[in-house]
Amino acid sequence: MNAVLKYALPSILGIAVLAIWEYLVRHFDIPPFVLPAPSAIGGALAENFTSLMASLWTTLRVTLEAFALAVAGGVALAVLFSQSKAIENALYPYAVVLQVTPVVAIAPLILIWVGFERINLALVIIAFIVAFFPILSNTTLGIRSTDHNLIDLFRLYGASRWQILRRLQLPSALPYLLGAMKISGGLALIGAVVAEFVAGSGTASGLAWHIVEAGNRLEIAKMFAALGLLAALGIAIFSALSLLEWGLLHRWHESALKKQG
Amino acid sequence: MCTKWRVFMTALLSLSHVTKTFDNGTEAFGPVDLEVAEKDFVSLLGPSGCGKSTALRVMAGLLIPTGGAVKFPQARPEVGLVFQEPTLMPWATALGNARLPLELKGAARREAEARAQAALVRVGLAGFENAYPRELSGGMKMRVSIARALAAAPRLLLMDEPFAALDEPTRQSLNDDLLTLWREDGLTVIFVTHSVFESTYLSTRVVVMTPRPGRIAADIALESPPDRGEAYRLTPEFSAAAAKVSKALGDAHR
Repeated sequence: MNAVLKYALPSILGIAVLAIWEYLVRHFDIPPFVLPAPSAIGGALAENFTSLMASLWTTLRVTLEAFALAVAGGVALAVLFSQSKAIENALYPYAVVLQVTPVVAIAPLILIWVGFERINLALVIIAFIVAFFPILSNTTLGIRSTDHNLIDLFRLYGASRWQILRRLQLPSALPYLLGAMKISGGLALIGAVVAEFVAGSGTASGLAWHIVEAGNRLEIAKMFAALGLLAALGIAIFSALSLLEWGLLHRWHESALKKQG
Repeated sequence: MCTKWRVFMTALLSLSHVTKTFDNGTEAFGPVDLEVAEKDFVSLLGPSGCGKSTALRVMAGLLIPTGGAVKFPQARPEVGLVFQEPTLMPWATALGNARLPLELKGAARREAEARAQAALVRVGLAGFENAYPRELSGGMKMRVSIARALAAAPRLLLMDEPFAALDEPTRQSLNDDLLTLWREDGLTVIFVTHSVFESTYLSTRVVVMTPRPGRIAADIALESPPDRGEAYRLTPEFSAAAAKVSKALGDAHR
């Protein structure tokens, strides 16, 4: 019953909002360049389906590549930090600088350096910068939160650094990493979209480019269609990562226990 | 020092003038002179913060003493360690936790599996091999922790207030099971506790420590029957022994 309600309620609400929206637009005769009706947005989606899907794929690819790099790079650097305090002290401030500098401000520089002829690489780098930090900081925290008594126990039985890392510290950090991945997945998408905006039209071909183009031509329905696809993409990424988290943690982690209780 | 132990038994572990001072200047314990004979059950009794846990870690070789020497007059024995908390890996099953020491030592998988399995049976956890720690009660988690220590077939078992967080019936049943394991395996046990009754019930010898920095205030040999059980707790002999230990603890804190 509860499970049904959990999905039924937001669905009913969504359908109701769309119906009221449709009614209001028709009733007050709102011009489509101010607010198009849901039916018009659906029409725009159908009309531009092929090009929108191609753009969706471009944005998805940039996002996933940046996300994969962020996870690999963040975990690798966190592991390096755990092995050497000196490396951590030397590098961490720069990771913070990269994080706190607004990506919109760095993006033009990266576009120039990488070159517009390799636009997708530039987009991946920019999205990576946005997505990277939560992975690094959470994984570092997770590795550091390893039970000290367990480390002592591993040492008592003669475990090598590598064994302690692989069999104890990395599993301890896993819940932290998975939490960070849910944040970074969304951030990678935001980074990809921001990068496309900065790159401007004529170069990039993702969903953000569609939004800019449609905006310039006052094709608001098409804008909404692209926006809807972006939101759907974000939800899909978040859901996939939540599923991954559940799959890896539900047998042993406290967070899963509370949900059952 | 109780010379009796030196004369009649082989020392397994010997501490001479051992001290430990932490980097921040806190003197944890010492100097401590202590010889532990083979198959002895020694309790280190003292209040929280008297450095007895630190002393246990020094004996385990996990902390380097600031002064003095920890020696194993024979060869260094296989050491097992049990903490106050069960200290299990939450992502591993009971069996996965119990076979950890063997895996780290590079034992073959099948052998590790079999020995861990046997250790779980001995602590009364047959049938719980595939349970995760969060599915087990506090007492059962502690049993997994003991099984893990036993899996590596230790000769010296170091225990740091292992039952302090458990309720009374659970603690008593674990006390009795521990005594059985100690007798059957011919273990040497060093047991840190702050409970007069627990130390009196379990030990062949109670070493009473002063407040920090912990030193040895009294060293009491107990003549408890080897096959003592629940009934022993109600005997006048037990009361007399507990009174003696309690008085020594009181004197140490004056």
